[in-house]
Amino acid sequence: MRLSPDALIYLQWGFVKLNATIVFTWALMLVLTVGSKLITRKLSTGLERSRWQNFLELIVTTIQKQIEEMGLSHPERYLGFLGTLFLFVATASVFTIIPGYEPPTSSLSTTTALALCVFVAAPLFGIKEQGVGGYLRTYIEPTFVMLPFNIIGELSRTLALAVRLFGNMMSGAMIVSILLTIMPFVLPAVMTVLGLLTGMVQAYIFSILAAVYIAAATRARKPRPKPEQKADATAAPAT
Amino acid sequence: MDTMTVIAVASICIAGITTGFGTMGPALAEGRAVATALTSLAQQPDASSTITRTLFVGLAMIESTAIYCFVVSMILIFANPFWNYAIAQTAGK
Repeated sequence: MRLSPDALIYLQWGFVKLNATIVFTWALMLVLTVGSKLITRKLSTGLERSRWQNFLELIVTTIQKQIEEMGLSHPERYLGFLGTLFLFVATASVFTIIPGYEPPTSSLSTTTALALCVFVAAPLFGIKEQGVGGYLRTYIEPTFVMLPFNIIGELSRTLALAVRLFGNMMSGAMIVSILLTIMPFVLPAVMTVLGLLTGMVQAYIFSILAAVYIAAATRARKPRPKPEQKADATAAPAT
Repeated sequence: MDTMTVIAVASICIAGITTGFGTMGPALAEGRAVATALTSLAQQPDASSTITRTLFVGLAMIESTAIYCFVVSMILIFANPFWNYAIAQTAGK
């Protein structure tokens, strides 16, 4: 029984393997880019709009509003990264309808790559907002003793992102393949529908968590008030 | 009992116990989370979108611990390195 599409190898030259994960990822990239290019060829700003343009506008404005609600004040800067994460994981899960398709996110390699993108992106956005010194100072935020815990926290939440997505996708595929031996057609069909639901929820969770990490890295830190100012504030109302 | 039997028995028993015990904690925690979310929804229905979104994010974080247990069970059953090593040893002999 295969644990991930990594084991299904189509071609091999030396140590370079062309496995099912890579082929399905390329197919997803092709569908997403060619589809978007076809829809955005003739954009109209008037009242007459094509159905597909409405659909894309719905997706883009919804993602933008969600990013803004997470606390990021200029959502258009992060829309490219976070929107792509959501769309890639969502379409990877939705295409399980097609027979013979295995989601590339059910392989630990793909999910680790996506989690590493978030791991690199959060400090990048933080440095762009606050500068290198300002961002590095957030690691010693409450006290200096918290430095190792903050670093370990960064690494563990990246690992959690990868394993959460991998576990959810892999368990869906594996349960369907195990149930095929018990009751063909009815039970696997129901479990595949449940897999679609969890796939969409996991896509949403992945991008929302990425937005939360970026928001935590780019938050403007308020300087703590000095003690003399506090004493003035308490002495002044007496007069 | 020789090495192969010991490895097989240990893997099978622990795989079952891991998923059995590992999913109890997250299930209880998710039940409490949903109950509290429903109470606060009943008290403030106009904050429902924020409450629902926070509920789903919290449920995903709680669910991940159950997923970790499931992944360990799957590794023990399907991609067990000790079993593969023992098989390679007996095949080499």
